[in-house]
Amino acid sequence: MKFTLSWLKHHLETEATLDEILYALTDLGLEVEGVENPVDRLSEFTIGKVTHAEKHPDADKLKVCKVETDEGELQIICGAPNAREGITVVVAKPGVYVPGIDTTIGVGKIRGIESHGMMCSEREMEMSDAHDGIIELPSGEVGQRFTDWLSENQPERVDPVIEIAITPNRPDALGVEGVARDLAARGLGTLIPRETDPVPGSFPCPIGVSIDADTLDQAPVFYGRVIKGVKNGPSPKWLQDYLRAIGLRPISTLVDITNFFTYDRNRPLHVFDADKVKGNLRLHRAKGGETLVGLDEKEYTFEADMTLISDDEGVESIAGVMGGLPTGCTEETTNVFLEAAYFDPIRTAYTGRALKINSDARYRFERGIDPCWTPVGIEHATRMILDLCGGEASDVVIAGEIPDVDRAYKLDTARVESLVGMEIPAAEQRATLEALGFRLEGDMAHVPSWRPDVMGEADLVEEVARVASLTKLVGKPMRRASAGVPEAVLTPMQRREATARRTIATLGYNECVTYSFVDEASAGLFGGGTDATKLDNPISSEMSHMRPTPLPGLLQAASRNQARGYADLALFEVGPAFHGGEPDEQQQLACGVLVGHSGPKDVHGSRRAVDVFDAKADIEAVLAAIGAPAKVQIRRDVPEWLHPGRSGAICLGPKNVLGYFGELHPKVLDALDVKGPAVVFSVDLAATPFPKAKGTNRGALELADLQAVERDFAFVLDVGTEALTVVNAAAGADKTLIEEVRVFDEFHGEKAEAQMGAGKKSLAITVRLQPKDRTLKEADIEAVSKKIIEKVAKATGGVLRS
Amino acid sequence: MEELRQKYIAAIAEAADEGALEALRVQAVGKKGEVSLKMRELGKMSPEERQVAGPALNALKDEINSALAAKKAALADSGLEERLKAEWLDVTLPARSERRGSIHPISQVTEEVTAIFADMGFAVAEGPQVEDDWHNFDALNIPGHHPARAEMDTFYMSRAEGDDRPPHVLRTHTSPVQIRSMLQQGAPIRIIAPGRVYRADYDQTHTPMFHQVEGLAIDKDISMANLKWVLEEFCRAFFEVDGVELRFRASHFPFTEPSAEVDIRCSWEGGTLKLGEGDDWLEILGSGMVHPKVLESGGIDPNEWQGFAFGLGIDRIAMLKYGIPDLRAFFDSDLRWLRHYGFAALDVPSIHAGISR
Repeated sequence: MKFTLSWLKHHLETEATLDEILYALTDLGLEVEGVENPVDRLSEFTIGKVTHAEKHPDADKLKVCKVETDEGELQIICGAPNAREGITVVVAKPGVYVPGIDTTIGVGKIRGIESHGMMCSEREMEMSDAHDGIIELPSGEVGQRFTDWLSENQPERVDPVIEIAITPNRPDALGVEGVARDLAARGLGTLIPRETDPVPGSFPCPIGVSIDADTLDQAPVFYGRVIKGVKNGPSPKWLQDYLRAIGLRPISTLVDITNFFTYDRNRPLHVFDADKVKGNLRLHRAKGGETLVGLDEKEYTFEADMTLISDDEGVESIAGVMGGLPTGCTEETTNVFLEAAYFDPIRTAYTGRALKINSDARYRFERGIDPCWTPVGIEHATRMILDLCGGEASDVVIAGEIPDVDRAYKLDTARVESLVGMEIPAAEQRATLEALGFRLEGDMAHVPSWRPDVMGEADLVEEVARVASLTKLVGKPMRRASAGVPEAVLTPMQRREATARRTIATLGYNECVTYSFVDEASAGLFGGGTDATKLDNPISSEMSHMRPTPLPGLLQAASRNQARGYADLALFEVGPAFHGGEPDEQQQLACGVLVGHSGPKDVHGSRRAVDVFDAKADIEAVLAAIGAPAKVQIRRDVPEWLHPGRSGAICLGPKNVLGYFGELHPKVLDALDVKGPAVVFSVDLAATPFPKAKGTNRGALELADLQAVERDFAFVLDVGTEALTVVNAAAGADKTLIEEVRVFDEFHGEKAEAQMGAGKKSLAITVRLQPKDRTLKEADIEAVSKKIIEKVAKATGGVLRS
Repeated sequence: MEELRQKYIAAIAEAADEGALEALRVQAVGKKGEVSLKMRELGKMSPEERQVAGPALNALKDEINSALAAKKAALADSGLEERLKAEWLDVTLPARSERRGSIHPISQVTEEVTAIFADMGFAVAEGPQVEDDWHNFDALNIPGHHPARAEMDTFYMSRAEGDDRPPHVLRTHTSPVQIRSMLQQGAPIRIIAPGRVYRADYDQTHTPMFHQVEGLAIDKDISMANLKWVLEEFCRAFFEVDGVELRFRASHFPFTEPSAEVDIRCSWEGGTLKLGEGDDWLEILGSGMVHPKVLESGGIDPNEWQGFAFGLGIDRIAMLKYGIPDLRAFFDSDLRWLRHYGFAALDVPSIHAGISR
């Protein structure tokens, strides 16, 4: 919403400075978004008189002028055709910035003769496009500031333009009068009443109006009248100045008048060329499929139930949104039909949105105009049309009734203190509400018809506090929720997430935050990209689907970093994954990606390509940190995005997968343009069971005093036999005695097969025996060893390597 | 005897290695050594002679033994010294490389915010990011036609044909967590809800995903003055500036009433932002007293309970606090950026150890 200071002063009698007004506006909730004050730009220009002018000896078009200024006589070279002795001019002395040529004036020589300043044209001062010559003022004293002269003689040219942001609840402030009312309530001046006497009709209105019975709730009231014999043409300068200042293009007097009331009183009006209206005007619901070319010269097709205004021949206007071109006013219009109506905000908003029309009328009707001002507004507009265009007004025709918006809420003056915490005397609270147009009857406050937003007692409090200024609010300590040491606030899951995050960072990964949406193809690689997870209105095809896991985003990040020359990467993200489009189809994953090598080449030769066991070590560290049990299963049935032979699922029982680790499937690497090797892990943070018992006791530590014994075994096995099977079998041989089984060697490949036979490999384990009650004797160890060999043989078919 | 002493002490001092030393020991104090042989002769002496020669011989034996031990230790030391000399390594060579991980500023700042509000008794609440339109809009007093809906640049989920429910949205703010928490816990309640939010907007200062933290406190007597205090305390603790000054400015949000935009005093001298001084004001968050209709949506009786809510941008306060210039870079995962703006893995913010290092 834009307006000029003088427009504001049309409604507000005030001594306040511009700065005071700007501060108050923002503080009242009418946030100032910008001010354009020509005075700021022009303040350094002063008035001078040319006392002498002669042709430059070396240039035909230049003149050497003597100019009297507040700093004495200056010699200025000037190229303007009208530069001559005796004229009063605007001078930019050395050091002054001239906006139109983006230059700060200095002293210089022009064709060998010194020049000590510049005499300016309007364009050079960005006041207009006029550049035929330098400004010649009809009056003005030498040394006077040009802006002072303008304020006295052409105030509209130094009229500051103020732009404020209007929140959706304040349609009344979409009119300058409403803004003035707020400022007056704040105490910045007095609201000037702008009343007008009704214009009596001198003949019956030749165009009748009606509203269909089924349309009354979306268009309850319709006022209109004809003014005949008007002379339409350019509007007067003051009106054009007002409109131009706020960025509107003057069109014709009739149209400019409707625009004026739109901005002055938040009262959109419409003018039809009465001679182009066939028969009567009828407000009705669209059947669907009707069309109209709007004033913007585009054709619109209507959906059922939109509010339309039609004459006997068809649709002529989109109610509350835009008029139609066929009945629009032109310079030739002599008879005009003036419409003032009230349209339902919700219906207007839907219609405007569906037709994609953003008009000033729609903007105002959908926020809510003052329905009670409809009959007053038409009189104001009639008066202005008669004043500016002449003519003769008919009677007013009316259809429907003004909706009853009268309502009242109890003003509890103690509520301001209990809700806001400000002490404001009751009398001041009442005065504030009255200044805003509320009518007080006892402790009931009747809401003014222009404030559709006020819908309860809390709104009254808001008005009082807002006008009193929330800046004055002083903070007051809030007592603690409970006395003493505050309790922990994180849920076990939240704590787990933080633990996982910091554990992974400790393992050397850099945390990323990538977008929750990715492109369909990348999502598809990881089992996503389904219609259920698709966005209806993505901002780009790169962000079209909710991600099934953070992995595609991380791998894309890896690819971008590789392109920047970083080949070895460890990236992770702890964040949401979406396996469906419903609110409960979201889970929290911790994912890590290792790409390239363990580090740069070094003197220790420790650089090596990352492999699946790096990912396994890291996922085990994460799982251990979040409290997963040490004993888990590792299954081979993994999702498609993993290398089927070099990956695993860490599980508890057949259904509960705690996470995956492994080498990425080469196709996925290719599709995401990542140069491998690349291994990943993914932990479903909620899958690890939370501890059931809440207690801090750790149980007693049982230390065995007896010496532990370690024995090594090497088995010859089928190549496909998994180490974990061997370990589990060995450990099962004597659960009390065997403390630990470790794999320490694997021998496979050609050499191994040459020794042990085709399809065979050897696996060596260390078994640690920890006796609890007596020292082990050789016979005991022999017995356990025999059992271990038997168990492993039974589980794997393997034999002890000789 | 003195002759004997001098002979051995001198020989021991000159022994070149442990072998020579051992030979000397055998020769002097071994079973058949010179000193031992002398001691055997004691039996043949008169008691008077023995009285003198006995202790002298014992003393001599002790002296030679300790000279032997001292020399042995000295030889070992010099041997070790030589070995150590030979074991010299160039320690200016680089160590085996270790990757150094980092925590993203969003996570770090979220934990900072959490630590501060936890001290004031606020728990952390969460909610889904794909949200139904009731929780995201209607329950927050933003009905279908409300202009605020259109202004929010909402992302909508696509609907399968035949599914006539209103489309789900990507939550446009963390406010729906207010509703979910109120319905779950009732009043009194104090929560913050940090998390991802989404708006269909992408330019220099907007990304389609960003982070907010919502605050909600409902009790019998919580006022807007309490809100101001809580925010002042938060800003002081978070920005680690003592003289933080906040300004409340009337505004409008559908879900609060009265509503206020909150500005923080700052200066932009030399292009650097300084909080708590200067004559400029920087808008940092929106807040207000929870609208009675919102309390009702949350199943809380507005005649009995009241309280405040606020929402602030985590990315935004991270940028302000740590001088991070570009929002878009937060989500770009440029390794150089992650290393520069990231935090050490064990830099856990806390009230007792400090919010930041």
